[in-house]
Amino acid sequence: MSAAETARSRTRGPSLRARIAALGAAAAVLATVAVTYTVQAAGGRAEPTAVDSAFGLDGGGGRLLFRSTRDGAGEGRVARLPVSGDGARPTGGPACRRFHAAAGTGLCLQRRTGIPPRSYAVVLDEDLKEKRRVPLDGIPNRARVSASGRMLSWTNFTSGDSYNQSSFSTRTGILDTRTGYLVKNIEGIQLTVDGRRYHAPDVNYWGVTFADDDNRFYATVSTKGKTYLVEGDMRTWSARAVRENAECPSLSPDGRRLAFKKKVPGGGRAPWRLHVLDLRTQRERPLAERRGVDDQVLWLDSARIAYALPGKSGRESDIWSVPADGTGEPRLRVRDASSPAVLR
Amino acid sequence: MYLASSRETGAQPEGTAAVRAPAARGRVAGPVLALGAVSLVTDISSEMVTAVLPLYFVLGLGLNPLQFGFLDGLYNGVTALVRLLGGHAADRRGGHKLVAGSGYALSALSRLGLLLAGGSTLGIGGALAADRVGKGVRTAPRDALISLSSPADSLGRAFGVHRAMDTTGALLGPLAAFALLWATADAYDAVFVVSFCVGVLGVLMFLAFVPGRGSPAMARTLGPAPGPAPGPAPGLAPGVRTSGAQPPPPRLRAVPGLLGEHVFRRVLGAATLLGAATIGDAFVYLLLQRRLEFATSWFPLLPLGTAAVFLLLAVPFGRLADRTGRRLPFLYGHAALLLVYALLLGPFGGLPLLCAALLLHGVFYAATDGVLMALAAPALPARRKASGMAVLQTGQALGRLLAAVAFGAAWTLWGTTLALALAGTGLAVALALAALLLRGTRANPVRIQED
Repeated sequence: MSAAETARSRTRGPSLRARIAALGAAAAVLATVAVTYTVQAAGGRAEPTAVDSAFGLDGGGGRLLFRSTRDGAGEGRVARLPVSGDGARPTGGPACRRFHAAAGTGLCLQRRTGIPPRSYAVVLDEDLKEKRRVPLDGIPNRARVSASGRMLSWTNFTSGDSYNQSSFSTRTGILDTRTGYLVKNIEGIQLTVDGRRYHAPDVNYWGVTFADDDNRFYATVSTKGKTYLVEGDMRTWSARAVRENAECPSLSPDGRRLAFKKKVPGGGRAPWRLHVLDLRTQRERPLAERRGVDDQVLWLDSARIAYALPGKSGRESDIWSVPADGTGEPRLRVRDASSPAVLR
Repeated sequence: MYLASSRETGAQPEGTAAVRAPAARGRVAGPVLALGAVSLVTDISSEMVTAVLPLYFVLGLGLNPLQFGFLDGLYNGVTALVRLLGGHAADRRGGHKLVAGSGYALSALSRLGLLLAGGSTLGIGGALAADRVGKGVRTAPRDALISLSSPADSLGRAFGVHRAMDTTGALLGPLAAFALLWATADAYDAVFVVSFCVGVLGVLMFLAFVPGRGSPAMARTLGPAPGPAPGPAPGLAPGVRTSGAQPPPPRLRAVPGLLGEHVFRRVLGAATLLGAATIGDAFVYLLLQRRLEFATSWFPLLPLGTAAVFLLLAVPFGRLADRTGRRLPFLYGHAALLLVYALLLGPFGGLPLLCAALLLHGVFYAATDGVLMALAAPALPARRKASGMAVLQTGQALGRLLAAVAFGAAWTLWGTTLALALAGTGLAVALALAALLLRGTRANPVRIQED
């Protein structure tokens, strides 16, 4: 071997064959780690996709339905309890990411993993059996059924439709179950802000709540960094901004008050406080819940509202309730639960 | 060849030295293939995570994504700075391999950070920042390594091969991630762990197969490793006029001095101008989606269309660039982008629009992305390659950022049609200016005769 060749082999380090062998061994180790972890992660995590339900929406009033987030067989499926929140919890309802129900109609937002992942809004009848399935885009976030059970609305998060690729936008859809009329994206509605017709490509709607006439509704619209509460009309297909900084409205059973989350400064991950607006006096009042709530609240009755909050020590979510007049204290209703719906 | 270069004492363009080394003509250099394979594996790793992050935030962590600002702009600024520093560090110590390798390693480690961060917004932000910093640091030294290990007359092909492999990884990553989520019922942690393992494999491949400074291939183009310089170092770049002695490592002050390189300045000007008229992929896909009104669940598949064309055409266009000179494909590539704008404005819709737009968009990438590096490389001294490429990439990226912001504003103010028409006009003007600028580079040593 010449001096040059010796120098070359020294600067090059181990031979090609040795490097390939070492890399192969490393690859085998890494593959083992990856496969082992994946197999363990997959074990016991079978996502329930069943829509079949062990119970229905019948059985008298005063029941609370919700999505159970407790580990085990019923995880991710709808369960029910008396409104008091006590007693055994039969699970075995449909598997949903978000759920709401009223007057014999259920709305179950599902997400199926796959390539690409798909989402669905599944309309359920009073036996919680599937009646209609609407394919959706994005990640289910809000579900609402009008008090009569006729109008359904949902909101999904979608990513990738703006130039800032890592930002999100929302898609809100409305379905009239009586006529079958479906609006997959309500962004086209005629919007009025400050008395003027408003056009902007960046409008996003979310969190619809319907009035008793199944025509009027409230929702949130966001545009240019601001959020507005809008009052919408199905027949004239128009909406007008009525108030700034009020998100995810929820109309009270008597239709006179609107509960919503209001953004407050310095709130961290969930910078919202729950407020209730009296629609007649236009006076709003903060509720006794001091924690940040990111949910569209549910009126348990005309005096109390319920909402989900992340649980302590890593539990996914609990349902709490608080008086709607600003008094009292928040009370834990159901552990390991989200998406409350009350059957009257 | 060494005879030739010693006769001309380094006054001839750099690259001649590399003509015959390390790969024989007709074959892609080993280091290029190695870097391509590393990029392929690394892109699988990083695109896996990118593809599932939005889902992870909303479904895995329950964050409200409208609240979760990503500080994208800030990250872009930081990446630009880090890129310049990475390029400079690589040049200063001749440590392309060390700097690029650290970038790969940092990105791979950031997956563990994501895993450990749990639901902490700060932790996730930190892990993402680490990933971007790693990417910023490695890009310029990597491209410099490609150009240093390829003959000047086949740089286009070398970059084409690298970009094709890189894009293959970017295609496979999201598929792998969604397959994993599907198989594990949304175990995001499994995606991060697998991504980490794949990333580590990329780092190991990089260490094992990419030649460092001490290797003969690099020594030939960069001069010998520090230490007693054994005789004249052939193939030193123009501008680094030393006759045999080791030139002093470039200083940070010298980075602006790169702009003094006549040809490089013109290439940089052209790339930045054209970048400032490039509205960005997301806008193209968004406009397509609006024109065609298809479901947004298919939205993530649009980039795959562009990537597939890019991947298929990168090598042919690189070879073409080597034959015709890199100026023309670079300009025609941007002309293809102009056609995409025209199509988006035009009367055609449906499947023809979709196919034509994605095809042209892929052509745009195949004819410009690697070709730009091949266009600039011969204009840069060997010892300034990484910093030069970093400056170039930063210029182009800042141009594009500006274009995205301006287009977003124009869209909001005046609607899509006028915004697109403006973008098209801007691109046409930029193309004309770039053609003028690059005319002055024709004398550049792109076509080196092998003697």
